[in-house]
Amino acid sequence: MRVRNKGRIDRSKPVSFTFDGNNYRGFEGDTLASALLANDVRLVSRSFKYHRPRGILTAGSEEPNALVTIGSGGHQDPNVRATVQEIYEGLEARSQNAWPSLEFDVMAVNDLASPFLGAGFYYKTFMWPRAFWEKIYEPIIRRAAGLGALSGQPNADTYERAFAHCDVLVIGGGPAGLMAALTAGQAGADVILADEDSLLGGRLNLETLEVDGQSGAAWAAGVAAQLNAMENVRVMTRTTITGAYDQGTYGALERVNHHTSVRNGKAPLETFWRIAAKHAILCAGALERPVAFQNNDRPGIMTAGAVRAYLNRWGVAPGKAITVFANNDDAHRTALDMIDAGVHVSAVIDSRAEAEALGAYTLIRGAHVTNTGGRKRLESITVRSASGAQNIATDCLAMSGGWNPTVHLTCHMNGRPTWREDIASFVPTEGAIPGLVTAGACQGDFSTAACLQAGAAAAAHILGCDMADVPVGDDCAYRMEPLWAVPGKGRAWLDFQNDVSVKDIKQAATENFRSVEHMKRYTTQGMATDQGKNSNVQALALLADATRRGIPETGTTTFRPPYSPVAMAALAAGAEGKGFMPERFTTSHVATKERKAPMIEAGLWYRPSYFPIKGETHWRQSCDREVGYVREAVGVCDVSTLGKIDIQGPDAGALLDFIYTNMFSTLKVGRTRYGLMLREDGHVMDDGTTARLSEDHYVMTTTTAAAGDVMRHLEFVTQCLRPDLDVRFASVTEQWAQFAVAGPKARDLLNGLLDAPIDGESWPFMACGPVSVGGIKARLFRISFSGEHAYEIAVPSRYGDALFRALVKRAEKLGGGPYGMEALNVLRIEKGFITHSEIHGRVTAFDIGMGRMVSAKKDCIGKTMSMREGLLDEDREQLMGFKPIGPVMQLTAGAHLYEEGAEPVAANDLGYFTSVAFSPTFGHYLALGFVRTGAARKGDRLKMVDAVRGIETVVEVCHPVFFDPEGERTRG
Amino acid sequence: MVDLKAKTPLDGMVPVTIGTVTLRELDGGVMTSLSPYSGQEKVLSDALKSSHGMAFPKPNRTTGREGARAIWFGRAQAMLTGPMPDAGLAKHAALTDQSDAWVVVELKGAGSTDVLARLTPIDLRDSIFKSGHTARTDLMHMAASITRTGMDSFVVMVFRSMAQTLLHDLEKAMAGVASRG
Repeated sequence: MRVRNKGRIDRSKPVSFTFDGNNYRGFEGDTLASALLANDVRLVSRSFKYHRPRGILTAGSEEPNALVTIGSGGHQDPNVRATVQEIYEGLEARSQNAWPSLEFDVMAVNDLASPFLGAGFYYKTFMWPRAFWEKIYEPIIRRAAGLGALSGQPNADTYERAFAHCDVLVIGGGPAGLMAALTAGQAGADVILADEDSLLGGRLNLETLEVDGQSGAAWAAGVAAQLNAMENVRVMTRTTITGAYDQGTYGALERVNHHTSVRNGKAPLETFWRIAAKHAILCAGALERPVAFQNNDRPGIMTAGAVRAYLNRWGVAPGKAITVFANNDDAHRTALDMIDAGVHVSAVIDSRAEAEALGAYTLIRGAHVTNTGGRKRLESITVRSASGAQNIATDCLAMSGGWNPTVHLTCHMNGRPTWREDIASFVPTEGAIPGLVTAGACQGDFSTAACLQAGAAAAAHILGCDMADVPVGDDCAYRMEPLWAVPGKGRAWLDFQNDVSVKDIKQAATENFRSVEHMKRYTTQGMATDQGKNSNVQALALLADATRRGIPETGTTTFRPPYSPVAMAALAAGAEGKGFMPERFTTSHVATKERKAPMIEAGLWYRPSYFPIKGETHWRQSCDREVGYVREAVGVCDVSTLGKIDIQGPDAGALLDFIYTNMFSTLKVGRTRYGLMLREDGHVMDDGTTARLSEDHYVMTTTTAAAGDVMRHLEFVTQCLRPDLDVRFASVTEQWAQFAVAGPKARDLLNGLLDAPIDGESWPFMACGPVSVGGIKARLFRISFSGEHAYEIAVPSRYGDALFRALVKRAEKLGGGPYGMEALNVLRIEKGFITHSEIHGRVTAFDIGMGRMVSAKKDCIGKTMSMREGLLDEDREQLMGFKPIGPVMQLTAGAHLYEEGAEPVAANDLGYFTSVAFSPTFGHYLALGFVRTGAARKGDRLKMVDAVRGIETVVEVCHPVFFDPEGERTRG
Repeated sequence: MVDLKAKTPLDGMVPVTIGTVTLRELDGGVMTSLSPYSGQEKVLSDALKSSHGMAFPKPNRTTGREGARAIWFGRAQAMLTGPMPDAGLAKHAALTDQSDAWVVVELKGAGSTDVLARLTPIDLRDSIFKSGHTARTDLMHMAASITRTGMDSFVVMVFRSMAQTLLHDLEKAMAGVASRG
């Protein structure tokens, strides 16, 4: 029910929305909760476990009951608190956890069975048979007790991440936060003021308090305008500081478009901020705590502050006949505000015997509300006082057990709050978060005047500046006497979100779950979206009582980030789809895609698998054809992805000698050499060719996969192991587009392209040097990864696309063409060349047959460690080749080797295959792999067993080089 | 003789303007990485001054001006952008041609700081990251070089092969910023 002349909604701007398919109207400025209350909708959800009818309890982000699902399909957003969801035209909201409907929910039968479903029920009941838990019990329980659900479709909403930096981060824009920001802003500091609400002012917008002779809300709006006008102050509304992290970093969730219908794929729904702040001032305020009494969960029972908030902020009276039940003076304001607004107040029940009426209402002091009546909405309450019990008709009960300072953020680094007896609450412990101070209600200062003063003082203290002028504010004392639960029968709810009652806490204590952390897990108190904001202190007070300990001794559970729920989508913002990781494209990418080559990922790079041509239906056809190009004519392949490192300086050769197992200082200028490098532990790290371009200038090639690792290795070696070497290096992987030109007609192809032709004499095997192509300075290396007469030609990347097209065109004229990774792999397996399939991190130079490449004339990284006894054992698994010799001809990578007659079990394992290919050159499969004692087994028959795919093949152990073992084709 | 046509990393995919921010590709000209040899830092800086009119930049700083700039690029490394390096520099430093290794873009217009703040963790506040300041840092998931060239303009470089990811990430950030009006 709307109340005239109250609230900060814009009544000239009506807004239509739906809840459970029904159309309602609210006004701009309404939350879903205020709009539903204005439409007299009380029942908004079913409780988690017992499916009890629930309404709206609070007016803030701590709301435990009124969780709804917003939107549908890929936009579906579950577990949204109706109290923070602002309405917009066309908003669709649905209730959760009810079937078939909110009004008639069959699962409410759970409530009848509640005597059996108390704390620990699941643990005791679903213990056996053991296998039933995962398959039967858990799925059923999850279906019956749950919150909202995702759509199962990819998220259609847009999320964003961002970073911000400031001198002072002010967390919370209530009276304390406003004064802190104003003080810091006027002192010239870079300030970020964040508040989860859409308006600055905090409780000033929810109360009828005055500041400096004007309404608190008007004063707050004035300060907000002042702050917005300051260049050095960034005001972030709808932004919740969700966590405090190391070194002054804070997580913040900004709800950018939850209050609009903009879903265009560009504007973010939410932005997750990482804010680095030199100082932070926590002005997070306080949260009102409910009181536990029998049936205190009926729709219409709300916190007293929330009832005032709906009236003062949104112009809504949550009932026609209001009652108040409290243990403190503050809650009496609810009665005063309601009476002032013309709403009937039936009675104020105060648990304190000495309480005094602050206005013209019926006060029943020294009394408790012991029960309530009504089903889907509150109809009456039972009040018990010294003079007996009476029923009072009411449709809205405003309850208050006092206020809890919002200490959460101060506990995010495992700090524990301090108990303050006078306000019966925890307050922050100083220094719990380095660089963060607290001020205002979150520090236990509950009067407006104290908050205004404390905020200004905190900022002035941090910055060593003057305080902004502190306005005059209300300074009434906060008088309360603790009241956690009203004694009596029945279920008195503590944690509304998890259906935890006072009995459950006592049960936990009885069953020896006495630690607060154990109690929490046993009863589920304090879990889910509200994280116990409405129940923690009451629960532990009751636990303290049940275990006959004090509250400080009982302690609290741990508050962890996030302060309020954060969607995974917000944390992962930008990292979905194409944002998951960078895509690296070669210069031939466009031309390759034009040929419809399927791409495979090699690290971040995209490389062509094969180049299909018309009529080919299987990749093997393309691959075999491409192998044929290289063996018979000429093939072209983009090899730019291999790491290229430019190494220069007087000690370049010395560095290479130290990095590689073999010598490079003796390499002639204009020549290239294959090199092997070890890790410090003596195992093979990487391999590749390194060319000497001039006396002090080399260019090293690494594998595609290890390019970054080798670069890092070089940094480590030059900075830490050999800072004495005068040598510099830089990655030139991206500078050069490099293409392999391989096959008997490779030289013919090049000679049709290069500005000056080459011959065998000027460019023998392993030669390198500058050439000119189309007037462009290029580099030519005569190296081969296929066993054929081959070259690699490199041009500055800007010419890569053009050169690739020119090379392919000419190759096609010569009966060849482009080849992809599949063919490249077949070619190198036929030739017995290794890749990281073989040098997988657990093999030594000895294992791959390159033991002699570890030079005896010098030291190198890994040499000493590679000499360890076990690493030179003749019995080690060593690299060999394999071919099928039985009726089954298939070989598979990853298969293991056994003696023909042996059982294929681990104890009999002799080795495994690392690389397998069908060789069109030989007409059968070939494999590279490791086998115990290696060369000693040459010619042996072994059994290959692939237990995963169920394949068994008899193989012969061969020399790993199948094709042209003499290397005549390469050198020819 | 074969005619090899040069292509830039973003080859016609930019300029793009979203909201108040424009992204365009820059021709970095000749880009040469300079790494002084042991004990040659001072001599190199002097040589750089006499041949190109700029000192060797200190960490996170640039020297020179538009069209001829030395950008700090890492430990004992600077990127000379614009002029062909004087041959004499090779006596004091390793010179490596990097003209084709990086995609170089300029982000310009009101809000370009906000765009970058969506992608890089560095402090871009006017008082901290001033015109002429530079950083080697993350840009989303990429290793980047970011240089402030004016109140509302930045030069951003990432590996050439990542040009399209750079465009993707910047466009998304630009759209997000523009959506706030």
